[in-house]
Amino acid sequence: MSNTDLEIIVEDPTAPEDDSPSVVSTRTIEIIVSLVLLALAVALGFDNWRTGIAWDATGPQPGYFPFYLSVILGGASLYGLIATFFARSGGTDTFVTRAQLRRVALVFVPTALFCLATQFLGIYVASFVLIAGFMRMVGKIALWKSLLTAFVFTAIMFVTFDVAFDVIMPKGPIESALGR
Amino acid sequence: MEAFGLLMHGFAVLMTWKIISLMVVGLVLGIFVGVLPGLGGPNGVAILLPLTFTMDPTSAIVMLSCIYWGALFGGAITSILFNIPGEAWSVATTFDGYPMAQQGKAAEALTAAFTSSFIGSLVAVMLITFLAPIISSFALKFGPPEFFAVYLLTFCSFVGLGREAKHKTVISMALGLLIAGIGMDTVSGNLRMTFGSDNLLRGINFLVAVIGLFGISEILLTMEERLALRGHAAKISLRTVLKVWMDLPKYWVTLLRSSVIGCWLGITPGGAIAASFMGYNLAKRFSKDSESFGKGRIEGVFAPETAAHASGTAALLPMLALGIPGSGTAAILLGGLMVWGLNPGPLLFVEHKDFVWGLIASMYLGNVVGLVIVLTTVPIFASILRVPFAAVAPMIVVSCAIGAYAIQNAMFDIWLMLGFGVVGYVFKKIGIPLAPFTLALVLGSRAEDAFRLAMIGSGGSVGVFWSNGLVGTITTLAITLLFWPVIDKVFSGVGRMLKPAAQTS
Repeated sequence: MSNTDLEIIVEDPTAPEDDSPSVVSTRTIEIIVSLVLLALAVALGFDNWRTGIAWDATGPQPGYFPFYLSVILGGASLYGLIATFFARSGGTDTFVTRAQLRRVALVFVPTALFCLATQFLGIYVASFVLIAGFMRMVGKIALWKSLLTAFVFTAIMFVTFDVAFDVIMPKGPIESALGR
Repeated sequence: MEAFGLLMHGFAVLMTWKIISLMVVGLVLGIFVGVLPGLGGPNGVAILLPLTFTMDPTSAIVMLSCIYWGALFGGAITSILFNIPGEAWSVATTFDGYPMAQQGKAAEALTAAFTSSFIGSLVAVMLITFLAPIISSFALKFGPPEFFAVYLLTFCSFVGLGREAKHKTVISMALGLLIAGIGMDTVSGNLRMTFGSDNLLRGINFLVAVIGLFGISEILLTMEERLALRGHAAKISLRTVLKVWMDLPKYWVTLLRSSVIGCWLGITPGGAIAASFMGYNLAKRFSKDSESFGKGRIEGVFAPETAAHASGTAALLPMLALGIPGSGTAAILLGGLMVWGLNPGPLLFVEHKDFVWGLIASMYLGNVVGLVIVLTTVPIFASILRVPFAAVAPMIVVSCAIGAYAIQNAMFDIWLMLGFGVVGYVFKKIGIPLAPFTLALVLGSRAEDAFRLAMIGSGGSVGVFWSNGLVGTITTLAITLLFWPVIDKVFSGVGRMLKPAAQTS
């Protein structure tokens, strides 16, 4: 069949290298997560104990159900912590390599900045900047393509949510200057 | 045949241009998210849910469920053409689908995948049509203890039957239930676990958490991978379709077996992923020529796809009949129902007949329309993958943020979404399953209410969960499932002792 000769090829020039060194092992992260969850269980359990975990005339007090859940959460995290400590094998698995971490940061940092920008500039301006900036800086896509894509996408979002469906989005100084 | 009449009524509800066009939009969006790496059924539904807030419930659920069907169809495209499973449940499809594409039989493989998906869903929808009304009318007799017992059964079966480490499932579930409890207590009006924060007064919205857990975290995970891909382009001609369809009757055993596996695993929280592997492995085991599997055998495409779709569809049965979702996506749809002011559970069949039968009818119609769409538009969707991820990723981030904000008009929710994104990323990497978390979040407050009402009714005695035959059976079953791994070990241990040692080795 001739139609299978056509191939779709997409390259990924900034892909993480396979031999990149490990930053942190899965074991370390598992221990950290267990500790965080344990602390959370203690904090929530204490708060519920303060709210009341006993019985009164109307039945169980509000803290009753969540208190025992905190106990379960704490117990399971403790078990996880101990199991990870005593596990002999699998301790050296890589959680993330340096190259992978770089790529993840490449999305995560702009996303966090975008959330911050949304708070001050409104969601539409922030998303225009995020899309255009990300395509240009990370994707190395031509500037005009990046700007055009960002503009079209933001405009579609604006028309869909603000105009057609009346869902109010956070807005900033630019929108208010334009009278929206 | 009452169900049949109601189903016809459901079709009548659907036959408006507005709903049909929403259906097509939903399916196209669904295939889109299914094809794109880093987006899947639950993400697609979660991100697009806010769009439907202004619609009436029937249109909204039709569109959302069509996104779900679309995503199920879409996963097969990338598996076969690119050897990249767009969804975890399409992994088994790559085993034989990609070799077929390499041999120049991509069109056959795609047709086989879409057709078997269609058959799988159809079997599951028929099951829903006839079983859901019966189960729900049975469940109308349930009181708080019975409901709590059913919730307990759901949670316990996740722990007992899940493949993940048990304590990780427990962590995921307890955390979900706790987070669901944050904010105002529905019974007493007291504040719980807010630590004096004004933003936590409202509680943590289920959908915000889901958008972060599935949307943002998936982007982070996708970025870690090498995103380069090479694949075959394919066009499906009518001749190929007819040729594959003519061969279908030969494979009826495989199709039937996979449908049954899929339905079973869909209703119990085994899920589409387990179903697709099981369907594939059983087809291989029962085949006379199991060596040829993995080298481009069409049966190897039929088996997993039928099972995955049957399971994905059957997961909606417990959601409709009992208000308990059978999968992560079903949990999100359930969250949607609550946003539209519908109370999921057996009463839905009594109070909102139009809605329920409209939804069931849309499952039939959506799958037929979906099959036509995917068969005719595969080349277009395959070329979507040419769009660089650097353009797709920020758009998904923006959609997630808009979705998270729109739910309660709160900036705090955008930050919460980001936080849940990180949690989802870390949890996925260390193997804490997210499905129990989602389920616990959506069921949390109802499980607690049922528990408290049951306890108030009994004056604080746990004996209420064994107070009659029905509730006692469910509770006992739940506890048996919870300790299933232990029980299983004990039984096989005893069995080994009774048998001569030579047989076991």
